[in-house]
Amino acid sequence: MALDNPPYQHDADSLLDIEKTWAERLAYGGRFLWRDRSGVLGIIIFLSVVIAALFSPQLAPYDPLAQDLRNNKLPPAWNVGGTWEHPFGTDNLGRDIFSRIIYGTRVSLTVGFFGVLIAATLGMIIGAIAGYMGGRIDSAIMSLINLILSLPYLLFVVFIAAVLGRSLLNVILIFGITDSPIFARVTRGEVLRIRKSGYVESAISAGARWPRIIFDHIFPNLIGPLITLATFEMSAMIFYEAGLGFLGLSVPPSVPSWGNMLSNGRKYLTSASWIAAAPGLAIMYTSLGMNLLGDWLRDVLDPRLRRSRR
Amino acid sequence: MNPLLEVRNLVTKFYTLDGVVHAVSGVSFDLQEGETLAIVGESGSGKSVTVLSLLGLIPTPPGRIEQGTALLRTPLGQKDLLQLSKAELRDVRGGQIGFVFQDPISTLNPILTIGEQIKETLTRHLHLSAEKAKAQVIKLLAEVGIPDPEMRYKAYPFQLSGGMRQRVVIAIAIACNPHIVIADEPTTALDVTVQAQIIDLFNRLRRTLGMTMIWITHDLGVVAGLADRVMVMYGGRIVELSTVDDLYERPQHPYTAGLLGALPRLDSQETRRLVSIRGTPPDMLLPLRHCPFSWRCDYASERCWQEIPELTSTAPGHEVACFYDMEKGGLRDG
Amino acid sequence: MQRYFLSRILQSLVLLFGVVMLVFFMVRITGDPATLMMPRNASPAQVEAFRESMGFNRPVLVQFWDFLRGAVVGDFGNSLHFKTPALQLVIQRLPATLELATAAMLMAILIGIPLGLIGGFNPGSVLDSVARGVALLGQSVPNFWLAMIMIIFFAVRLGWLPSFGRDEWKSVIMPAFALGLSTMGQIVRLTRSSTLEIRGEDFIRTAYSKGLLPLTIYSKHVLRNVAIPLVSIIGVQFGYMLGGSIYIEFIFSWPGIGQLLEQAIGWRDFPMIQALAIFTSLAVLMLNLLTDAAYMIIDPRIRYGAR
Repeated sequence: MALDNPPYQHDADSLLDIEKTWAERLAYGGRFLWRDRSGVLGIIIFLSVVIAALFSPQLAPYDPLAQDLRNNKLPPAWNVGGTWEHPFGTDNLGRDIFSRIIYGTRVSLTVGFFGVLIAATLGMIIGAIAGYMGGRIDSAIMSLINLILSLPYLLFVVFIAAVLGRSLLNVILIFGITDSPIFARVTRGEVLRIRKSGYVESAISAGARWPRIIFDHIFPNLIGPLITLATFEMSAMIFYEAGLGFLGLSVPPSVPSWGNMLSNGRKYLTSASWIAAAPGLAIMYTSLGMNLLGDWLRDVLDPRLRRSRR
Repeated sequence: MNPLLEVRNLVTKFYTLDGVVHAVSGVSFDLQEGETLAIVGESGSGKSVTVLSLLGLIPTPPGRIEQGTALLRTPLGQKDLLQLSKAELRDVRGGQIGFVFQDPISTLNPILTIGEQIKETLTRHLHLSAEKAKAQVIKLLAEVGIPDPEMRYKAYPFQLSGGMRQRVVIAIAIACNPHIVIADEPTTALDVTVQAQIIDLFNRLRRTLGMTMIWITHDLGVVAGLADRVMVMYGGRIVELSTVDDLYERPQHPYTAGLLGALPRLDSQETRRLVSIRGTPPDMLLPLRHCPFSWRCDYASERCWQEIPELTSTAPGHEVACFYDMEKGGLRDG
Repeated sequence: MQRYFLSRILQSLVLLFGVVMLVFFMVRITGDPATLMMPRNASPAQVEAFRESMGFNRPVLVQFWDFLRGAVVGDFGNSLHFKTPALQLVIQRLPATLELATAAMLMAILIGIPLGLIGGFNPGSVLDSVARGVALLGQSVPNFWLAMIMIIFFAVRLGWLPSFGRDEWKSVIMPAFALGLSTMGQIVRLTRSSTLEIRGEDFIRTAYSKGLLPLTIYSKHVLRNVAIPLVSIIGVQFGYMLGGSIYIEFIFSWPGIGQLLEQAIGWRDFPMIQALAIFTSLAVLMLNLLTDAAYMIIDPRIRYGAR
């Protein structure tokens, strides 16, 4: 309610407020972390996934490809017949599921990271053009983007993947290109807002040069919403990659990826349900962490974004 | 006869993450039947919170009314607004006390017709049938000066200008012939010319309906042609309470004087000039130990930093909470 | 308003043309559509004969013109697998998918909206935590995984529900829930956040100052405003479900267009995939227009062109 001095709206500012020093920003982020404990959880989960990807050879107890047919379909350690030598059990070829889950982070994070990188770069270019040109060009680009975003995304991804064939590069390219409209939409919105706000004009009239304006004014304002969006989109890409893998359309079947594991596990659903359960839990864990992280980032970096996600 | 509304020692606080905000700290005033009382103060002085507290309209949490009484005279005797049950309060709101809020753009529901929004007050309190209510709404629309009321009945808020929307809000407030109409900065968001029209409308309604009114504003200029008495608030307290004429002629509180921009110079030259009050409004997070205005006051002395001045009568119908006597130019006795 | 609709229809047609183009050139992006569509062990002579029969040896623009002409009248060629018109096969499978998506949407709406409202009206309460939990789960649980886990529990272990097919009314429960969960999460999230927002609006304070009953305020003033953003998300999510049904129909052997797509990929039946892509896009674009119309009904600001 708008009282004439709303006493409880102190946090309506942003971490990337230009007038803040870095120490203040750190303190601000810390305060938010303390208030929003789920943000801490998100960061911990995300970091654990990143560490698993970086140090897979050190962390994984087995070679993820090593087959051991005598010990195939071993249940997880806590089930009857399971051993702690294979904590999550083994699959139909006797490969250690725990090790494969750890190596699977590499595929997921690679697809997520580079996919988002490409999508963000393309999207920023398109969005900046639309936001900068304004007028007819802008509204044409934007209404087209909105329509593209309403198309059955998955259907096209599956179609394109089926044509291009199974490879990591193809998957990254598909997600990078098809996801760029979302980044374009956010970039365009921000560019419009910055242009309207008038401080770019005042900077120009104060004699600032364009590189300065871009780096001092436009970029700091863009980076908050884009980082938040990138977190959510990376989570979505990890999701979709697993989905493609499940249909047998992502990385080659020999690569230990969560999607491939799920696809393989489906065949043994009744006899060895853990083969499919483990990668699903891994996806959930990662996605949960990134969503918590994204929610927290959204609150810290840009309160305005709180309700404008697609 | 008792006053229509008698507020005593109202205290409202907000318990926020950053601490306790002392929004209203011990406000007492009377409202006589038929009069218009203006409550003046800057943002955060507690003027809106005061009236919102009376009707339980502050957001709780974080807000909480800590103490006080607010006796409303009704045909059935006095009742304390702050002690009423939720259901009883709902009968008072809109029925016995009408509200006009500041921004007519956001105070009307954007997706309901204005007719509907006026009508629901009528059916809620007067239990009119649909046709009777509609006829009454059209009468009300005409009364607040909206042309073509039959046609406008089906209009949506966004189809009306700001001034017209504020007239609709006023129609809602007066729909059930309330004892009191509370107007919270009703002209602030409007153009100057429209402001004048709305003030005219209020004056006319006051005469024709014998309306009792509380008018909240930060603009002393608006008050002159409208109010009978003025209550100046600062830092959640009343600093001066007086009739309009007396207040304009002889402001007793340095803050009021500052608001009037007619601060008498110490060299006692009667040059009227615009003076801005230096400093910023007080931090409402701190419990008050001394005069809230002492930070910004040119006349603050030792005592002002040690005690909170009480509201005391200096002339008939004129009360002020200040140790300094502006007319004598020195500390008051006592 | 009419101009608005006309321009929307025009944009949709432009996009549909884009889809047709994409679908046509996509199968040629690797260079040779004939090798793409033939089984890997086909002999060069077989591939050559196939190329001849499909007309892939003609100039690309001539092929595109033919494809476009066919697309306009709904002719996407024959399915390579069934040897019958592709579109006909798609349309045959449509009712099953519509049934699944409708059931999923109903589930998402009937659970999601009340949960979001409760959460939005009582932020911080136990039920609000439930609402936020559902929203988070909807975002993080992969539906293909959920589907498998549900089969293990409700079909294999407990034997309550059938694990595949579309034979009895119980068949739809698991697939619909799996397909609808993420939509449910989105609906909870949006309902909750917009309820919180609307609740704090000035006009709600006005409604309180009129002495209206809480039930009136919630149903008349809050709910109707909350419904506006919900309409668009429901439209978008329905489109998403048509795509997302591929996993669910595959896992539950649900005989709809999702399963058809999955099968077509296995058969390398690209004419069928092309028909599916174009037809589904058309359906989604029409759905968008319907959403626009629904917007006009509930939001007078759009009806009168004020926004």
